Amino acid sequence: MAAVLETKALHKNFGGLTATNNVTFALPAGARHALIGPNGAGKTTFVNLLSGVLTPTSGTVYLDGTDVTRWPAHRRADAGLARTFQINQLFADFTPLETIVLAISQAKGLATRFLRPVGTDAGVVSAAADLLQRLTLADVMHARVGSLPYGKQRLLEIAIAIASEPKVLLLDEPAAGVPESEREQILDVVAALPGEMALVLIEHDMDLVFRFAKSLTVLVNGGVLVEGSPGEIVNDPRVRQVYLGELHVEGFSQPHAGGALG
Amino acid sequence: MTSLAAGARVATADPGAHLVAKARWRWPEFLLWLFAIALIWLAPSRYLLFNEIAILALLALSIDLVLGFSGIVTLGQGAFYGLGAYTAGLMAKHGIGTFPWSDPLLGLLGAGLVAGFVGFLSSFLVLRGSDLTRLMVTLGVALIVQELGNKLDWITGGADGLQGVMPAPLLGLFDFDIFGRTAYLYSLSVLFVLFLLARALVNSPSGLSLRAIKGNVIRARAIGIPVERRLVVIYTIGAAYAGIAGALLAQTTQFVSLDVLSFEKSADALLIVVFGGVGTLYGALVGSIAFKAMYDVLASATPEYWSFWLGLALVLLVLFARGGIIGLLTALRDRLDRARSARA
Repeated sequence: MAAVLETKALHKNFGGLTATNNVTFALPAGARHALIGPNGAGKTTFVNLLSGVLTPTSGTVYLDGTDVTRWPAHRRADAGLARTFQINQLFADFTPLETIVLAISQAKGLATRFLRPVGTDAGVVSAAADLLQRLTLADVMHARVGSLPYGKQRLLEIAIAIASEPKVLLLDEPAAGVPESEREQILDVVAALPGEMALVLIEHDMDLVFRFAKSLTVLVNGGVLVEGSPGEIVNDPRVRQVYLGELHVEGFSQPHAGGALG
Repeated sequence: MTSLAAGARVATADPGAHLVAKARWRWPEFLLWLFAIALIWLAPSRYLLFNEIAILALLALSIDLVLGFSGIVTLGQGAFYGLGAYTAGLMAKHGIGTFPWSDPLLGLLGAGLVAGFVGFLSSFLVLRGSDLTRLMVTLGVALIVQELGNKLDWITGGADGLQGVMPAPLLGLFDFDIFGRTAYLYSLSVLFVLFLLARALVNSPSGLSLRAIKGNVIRARAIGIPVERRLVVIYTIGAAYAGIAGALLAQTTQFVSLDVLSFEKSADALLIVVFGGVGTLYGALVGSIAFKAMYDVLASATPEYWSFWLGLALVLLVLFARGGIIGLLTALRDRLDRARSARA
């Protein structure tokens, strides 16, 4: 399968610190991939390089075979690369409906219209309402985003990213900080994403990782330690070494993950 | 805004209608414009004051577009105001041809184009950096333009001001009379048309994307909004609006003084937007009325303490009513709405 997102020898230095070290990575269309690694492994830096928030020191990023290394974030987004953020990045003064209407309008090239009011395009509005319905946000679609409970905001963070029907979606810790009672809802939403959308999940929570991912990349000190299927990763001695002493060790003993560490 | 319960009912039925309803005209809006028109008959002796208010409101409106809806802090809107004033002033003074080419409306167009062009060029300076950087850059540009106005006295008249500005009759029909009747009607009409455009813009998808940039630039970029391009466009529009306001001033007062380029002008206009309510459009209008009315009353009663009262009002407003006058009125209306629905 052709890679929809690819990097070649990607490097990022911050002063003397190497945050991303020679990462070569390929994501096939429709992938369910997880990016894991201990704190400070460079996961978020890598995601920022992919999405265009940061420019690499050297190396190349390809989106659908096109070199997008020098493209700004908004151009990559228009080309089908969407992401969520570890810390919610929402429009606090908007309603969820306005948020999604804007995202869809932008994706369809309608966001430069300037004479008719927002909401007059019936196609955009009904697509937005449908999406909010699917993500269980329909009942709060007219509320102020800033006043929504955190779990709902987290769902909206996903909704805004998938509104453009991207080819690639980077999910940066989608369930981070969500109370236990609302986690399942987020996991269900992630599980229900369209199969043709390639997903990259950046996650600390091994339970979530092993439920979701068909393949994994383990980052350590900015570089790729190992790549493989969940079973291979769990049984890899180097991965065990890295995670020993980490709080997340217990996650590795998930029964359906096929291996035990403890 | 409707009450929450009513909103929810509309919501499930037709979310689009709920969005469009936000752009619908409300009765206080009609009231304000009808009042502005009624003033023609109510207070014929104060046309000149009303004219000043209308012009100030247009300048404030230009700041609200840039600051209130797009989040660009500016202390330099006076530069565009002044450029517009000098452009229209020079066009009227030296005259270009005869009617229809000498019409004041073409002066407005010329002023809008010149100010818009300079706004476009300087917009690239305000794209980067924090609020403080933008404040300093816009102020710096304004200072440069002001000093140019002073030094190029063979064009601008320098400190003596631009004399002999004689605009042709409006549409070849209406002379600018000494009472300011034509002036007020003219400025009010221009303000109204540009206000309608601004109102349509902020309620449109374009306006939504500008508010998105103001609200969260990281997310705006992540959904594909070309942030820089949008900011260039709105800053240019804002500059053109300010330029047209300056042109109105030059044509209706038939004089341009260096004061139009002064820091005080930019600062006053910014103050007016804050007074009235940032990001509301009507804040610019109501703020101008309040500012001028306050000035009219207080400065004639105790001219030496004008700054004192202005300062006091500013401190009180920022401490107790962050949303300005419009914010206060909205809060009041919401409270009444809630009281009414509680009784029902």
